[in-house]
Amino acid sequence: MGRYLLRRLLQLVPVFIGTTFLIYWLVWSVPGDPFAGKCGDRGCPPNYRAMMTEKYHLDDSIWVQYASYMKNLFQGDFGITFGGREISDIIATSYPNTLKLAVVALAIEAVIGLGAGILTGLRRNGFLDNLVLVSTLFLIALPVFVIGFVLQWVLGVKWGIINPTVSNEMRFSELIVPGFVLGSASMAYIARVARTSIAENRRADYVRTAIAKGLPMRRVVGVHLLRNSLIPVVTLLGTDLGALMGGAIVTEGIFGINGIGRQVLRSIVTKESATVVGIVVVLVVVYLVMNLLVDLLYAALDPRIRYE
Amino acid sequence: MRVSKRASGALAVGAAFALVASGCSSGNNDGGDTGASKDGAIVIDGTQPENPLVPSNTTETGGGKIIDWVWSGLVEYPNNGGAPQNLLAESIDTSDSKVFKIKIKQNTKFHDGTTVKAESFVKAWNWAAYGPNGAQNASFFSDIQGFGDVYTEDPDGPDGPKKAPEPKAKEMSGLKVVDDWNFEVTLSAPTAVFPTKLGYSAFMPLPDAFFATTPAEFGKKPIGNGPVKLVAWQDDVEIKLTRFDDYSLRDKMKIKDVTVKIYQDDTAAYNDLLANNLDFQQQVPVSSLAGDKWKTDLGERAIQTTVPSTGIIAFPIYDKRFTNPKLRKAISLSIDRQAVTDKIFFGNRKPADSWANPLTPGAEPGNCTACKFDVAQAKQLLQEAGGFQGKLTLSYNADASHKEWMEAVAQQIKTNLGIDAVAVGVPTFAVFRANINNYKMTGMYRAGWQQDYPDVENWINPLYVTGGSSNDGKYSNPQVDALAKEASAAPSIEEAHKKFAEAVKLIDQDVPTIPIYFSGEQSGHSEKIKKLELTNVGELDITSVEL
Repeated sequence: MGRYLLRRLLQLVPVFIGTTFLIYWLVWSVPGDPFAGKCGDRGCPPNYRAMMTEKYHLDDSIWVQYASYMKNLFQGDFGITFGGREISDIIATSYPNTLKLAVVALAIEAVIGLGAGILTGLRRNGFLDNLVLVSTLFLIALPVFVIGFVLQWVLGVKWGIINPTVSNEMRFSELIVPGFVLGSASMAYIARVARTSIAENRRADYVRTAIAKGLPMRRVVGVHLLRNSLIPVVTLLGTDLGALMGGAIVTEGIFGINGIGRQVLRSIVTKESATVVGIVVVLVVVYLVMNLLVDLLYAALDPRIRYE
Repeated sequence: MRVSKRASGALAVGAAFALVASGCSSGNNDGGDTGASKDGAIVIDGTQPENPLVPSNTTETGGGKIIDWVWSGLVEYPNNGGAPQNLLAESIDTSDSKVFKIKIKQNTKFHDGTTVKAESFVKAWNWAAYGPNGAQNASFFSDIQGFGDVYTEDPDGPDGPKKAPEPKAKEMSGLKVVDDWNFEVTLSAPTAVFPTKLGYSAFMPLPDAFFATTPAEFGKKPIGNGPVKLVAWQDDVEIKLTRFDDYSLRDKMKIKDVTVKIYQDDTAAYNDLLANNLDFQQQVPVSSLAGDKWKTDLGERAIQTTVPSTGIIAFPIYDKRFTNPKLRKAISLSIDRQAVTDKIFFGNRKPADSWANPLTPGAEPGNCTACKFDVAQAKQLLQEAGGFQGKLTLSYNADASHKEWMEAVAQQIKTNLGIDAVAVGVPTFAVFRANINNYKMTGMYRAGWQQDYPDVENWINPLYVTGGSSNDGKYSNPQVDALAKEASAAPSIEEAHKKFAEAVKLIDQDVPTIPIYFSGEQSGHSEKIKKLELTNVGELDITSVEL
């Protein structure tokens, strides 16, 4: 177990360097001069451009730029934006907001998705099963922004139950609707995967044995059936946290949440490689750690899986 | 000119929403919020300022409007778009439009309690003009004598290996402090419009505190001299402003607190406005304009205004195919502007019929004869010009909502003249501008102009004079140059306007660009606000707000 963990942690290093370079290179190769559009139809005065180019070493080659960026990064310096803001500040304020939103979304999709999946998996082809099938199909088919705008308009403007946008304090109660919107598609997938997985394992030998032993149904489902059926669901949930954080951009925009989505969009448009890479670096770490946690969870869920 | 930085990706999203929500009527809450104006507070929409708030380094609207509120200049532009009036200036005297004696009102205060003196202006202007400081608005000081000594150009452009030489001087020789309340400005050539320019944000005074710290530090919590002061700026969240109680000039605040809430998406702001969580939105989203939905939603709280900004399609005159004025005029005459503004903009923008925006002092309404819709004459001119060979591209930046109207214009040229015209989207504004700046356009392209200060001069010199700062198509007519020079140097503003009118007649013959529409603005306010006015550029005049 210890050796496995070490090996996995070491694997993170090349993945980390590879992804950061790829991102840096991608933003760097976005066509256009970062200062060409900055000052509107008049264009920036040459002295302003000269000063910024020198200050941000924009005339160096990408290798030199990337190397100096990584050097600063390892010293904990994320750099500053063209507007003079510390990128570490941007990360420190926007990440917790996105994380909060993603965790609420994850909780909602886990509870509702899993609940619906178990119920329908156990009683297939009933009314409830059909209802869940149709409603999940509906959620998967609808793009996130449609669900977001409709809920915002109906609940926020028409009925006045919620505020159309989330306040700066990011209270939990305000995040339920945005979290539902963000997690809606994944929730539908989780319900369907859980349903199939449970339905399949329902016919497995060990379940039949457990029932034949005379175990109470509660225990058969809760311990034997559920644990084994959870593996695909946990895989989905675990990788979803990263996906939710990276994909929150639309939801954040609709509900006015100050998260990483707006920062990434802004910095791609303004060609601020340092900000994009800074934010993505943290996202990459989230993905890698979540993947590792999921793999470790497999062992806990299924006794047949052992790591060496 | 200031450029709007609102995330443009929202547009497509907003349009989809309109489809879903159409048919639903307004859903206003009847909030009974009628606090007294005296201690009243409002929340208005805004965008995150791109840079620290330093007046001479701000060229976008998000930071620009905060600066307009936090600072008061020598002159102000009346909300009706008319000629400027003295604000902080007691008097601005000149006999030859070259030397200006400026006397300021005594004992007005900055927000830190220090006094606004003549040197607060002189030092601020010298800082902004000094090349190595890299201020975005440095070119506004180019009229002043000695500008060339403090601002040096990079000999081979910003991409070349050479750097701009160190300027000879740190201060412009044309600026002299006489005493605490008087200073003298000497220009390198007579410029009648100079006093008009003084209301633009680049010319604001700066307190001593600015020079004791870095611009970046100062700009996070700027100290101005306007009717409101900045309390706190939380990045991407909000900017809190409050009434400056020691303000002694005319336009005092009637309410107390103003919070500028920073939105990423204008539809989110609009929904907050409908739910009475937001008190003012300067521009409602495009999705709410279709079918006048915003008017149904807001009722009497909907405000329609015109703003001094014109949508233009420009020619790259450096391209041989576009050198013939007859061809340019033919294309211009073939466009039915009324149809474009009615069908694409739902009548919220007006068809352009003059070269300068008609709200501007010195501008003559209807002086663009090339802006008429006359297919017969257009065909005739095209024939005289020898036709147009090949494909005519009309490019626009696709990251903002220009596709529809550019395609409509291309279609009209195609139908009315038989030219193979096609609208082409360039992915981002940055790429689009880079091509324009480097004179690499191979067809017509979208442009726009919003005036910096209300005078017809601002619509001629930068756009149509050889070497003008935004004459991107390289239009050049020696007669226009001569007239514009004479006009700029005229002893009085009236004389200047007469000369500019003559220059415009020549421009109207040459058709260096095609004005298409005059912009409009559609704003909305909450039930809480009982009275408000918009400034000449369509920003909220916060001193006029009453609850």
